[in-house]
Amino acid sequence: MSDNILEIKNLSKIYHNEKGEMLALKDISFSIKKKEFISIVGPSGCGKSTILTILANILKKSQGEIKFNIENPKIGYMLQEDSLFPWRTVLDNACLGLEIRKEKTEKNKNKVINLLKKYGLGEFINSYPDSLSGGLKQRVALIRTLAINPDILLLDEPFSALDYQTRLSLSDDLKRIIKNENKTAIMVTHDIGEAISMSDKIVIISNRPGIVKKIIKVELKNPGTPTENRKDSNFIKYYDMIWKELDNHV
Amino acid sequence: MFSEEHKNYLKKVKRQNKIVIFFKIFIILAFMSLWEICAKLEIINPFLTSYPSQIILTIFDLFKENNLLLHIWITLYETIISFLLASIIGIIIASILWSSKTIFRILDPYLTVLNSLPKISLGPLIIIWVGAGTNSIIFMALLITVFTTTVNMYNSFITTDPYKIILMKSLGATKMQIFSKLVFRGNIPSLINTLKINISLSLIGVIMGELLISKQGLGYLITYGSQVFNLNLVLTSIFVLGIISYLLYIIIDLLERKIK
Ligand SMILES: Nc1ncnc2c1ncn2[C@@H]1O[C@H](COP(=O)(O)OP(=O)(O)OP(=O)(O)O)[C@@H](O)[C@H]1O
Ligand SMILES: [Mg+2]
Repeated sequence: MSDNILEIKNLSKIYHNEKGEMLALKDISFSIKKKEFISIVGPSGCGKSTILTILANILKKSQGEIKFNIENPKIGYMLQEDSLFPWRTVLDNACLGLEIRKEKTEKNKNKVINLLKKYGLGEFINSYPDSLSGGLKQRVALIRTLAINPDILLLDEPFSALDYQTRLSLSDDLKRIIKNENKTAIMVTHDIGEAISMSDKIVIISNRPGIVKKIIKVELKNPGTPTENRKDSNFIKYYDMIWKELDNHV
Repeated sequence: MFSEEHKNYLKKVKRQNKIVIFFKIFIILAFMSLWEICAKLEIINPFLTSYPSQIILTIFDLFKENNLLLHIWITLYETIISFLLASIIGIIIASILWSSKTIFRILDPYLTVLNSLPKISLGPLIIIWVGAGTNSIIFMALLITVFTTTVNMYNSFITTDPYKIILMKSLGATKMQIFSKLVFRGNIPSLINTLKINISLSLIGVIMGELLISKQGLGYLITYGSQVFNLNLVLTSIFVLGIISYLLYIIIDLLERKIK
């Protein structure tokens, strides 16, 4: 089990307000290996985002165990909204995490510049976000997440604000970048196709409270880029499998 | 090279700009001439309304004999001090309210009452407590400005995009960092708007104070003028006041442009 970078055991989350309490997650358990790409799918409101916010240390868990098998794990969290600051240039936006951690050394800054150049943002380094398309903005947001050199990336529906075309090409980019940079990632998505074409493992969560319905290991005949994977002969098999799992619980 | 259409477009923009400038100047000149002529022909009573050329003469007279510069300076000084104090204190209170929901909930009703209370009603009390002098005037202007600043800035602080706050948290930002790098920085446009409002509120407060206390400043000249029934002096002071408030506005406007 030591090759697991993160193990989650019996994670539960209760939301409280004055009217009462709501069990959002119950006994969630799964683990992720280094360099693995996991997707979480499930009906709206089943608690997918809650899992990520707990892992990102923004919310407290109610019960259970979250075990990182590395010291001081660094976590990169990326949301559907690019949340770029309009008053900062692309470069300064990408360096935000370094600045907050007081790690914005000349060396780290150059690393970020190289990342931006490497992934097609070279000419926009000193532009402001307003002048970028939605897809490019989301790419800056990804580099901002990568800049702090995270051990695990948490992606909450990173493409859902984009049009279909951009979505496909950005998922190729994202997968390539994550692979190149040797990152481990957990992604939440509504899109079954996106989950199959990008992931090694898919965790299906059912509604409410959110429990793990099933964990599927994705084995494609000829794994390639996400767009290519959508044409794989096993793709439709997994699609039906997940569709059925979700359908039972809507 | 530009296309024919673009040239026409530029021409049109230029012509419109010219029209705007022309009418800006035309209105003030027409108003002044009409005022001057009506007063000279005694269509209106020049004793009650004065007239532009006399106002200009009075300004020169006041310079020489009544130390107009001193009065202008006093009014400006009181305005700037109360403007700065109110802006700084208001922003600090707003930041504290932003940082703690609990403090906000406790202070909310007090702020609402203080903000809507007509502060001029406190004038006589302030004069008794603080004394009939510059400090009282500054204090009154401060009271008028500070609550509006607090409420305006707090209201804009809390509109900060919650996703950006989550992002900051996920990057490990402290509350202080969230405030300085996001909440405050992102609200600089509304800060400038607040400053614009503050400069005129402070001036209003100062003039109200000077009208009540009546020792120095343009407000004093107005009270004095009306007491001795020298309406020419009153109108001249108002004229100077108008110029001052316009200049103050321009200064903030320049500041805004520099920041952008
Ligand atoms: N801060 C909160 N306070 C109370 N309830 C919450 C809070 N955040 C989420 N919830 C509730 O918890 C449940 C799970 O929310 P969550 O956002 O994790 O779902 P999700 O699976 O990400 O949904 P979606 O697919 O719509 O993004 C929902 O029913 C939601 O209403
Ligand atoms: Mg969600």
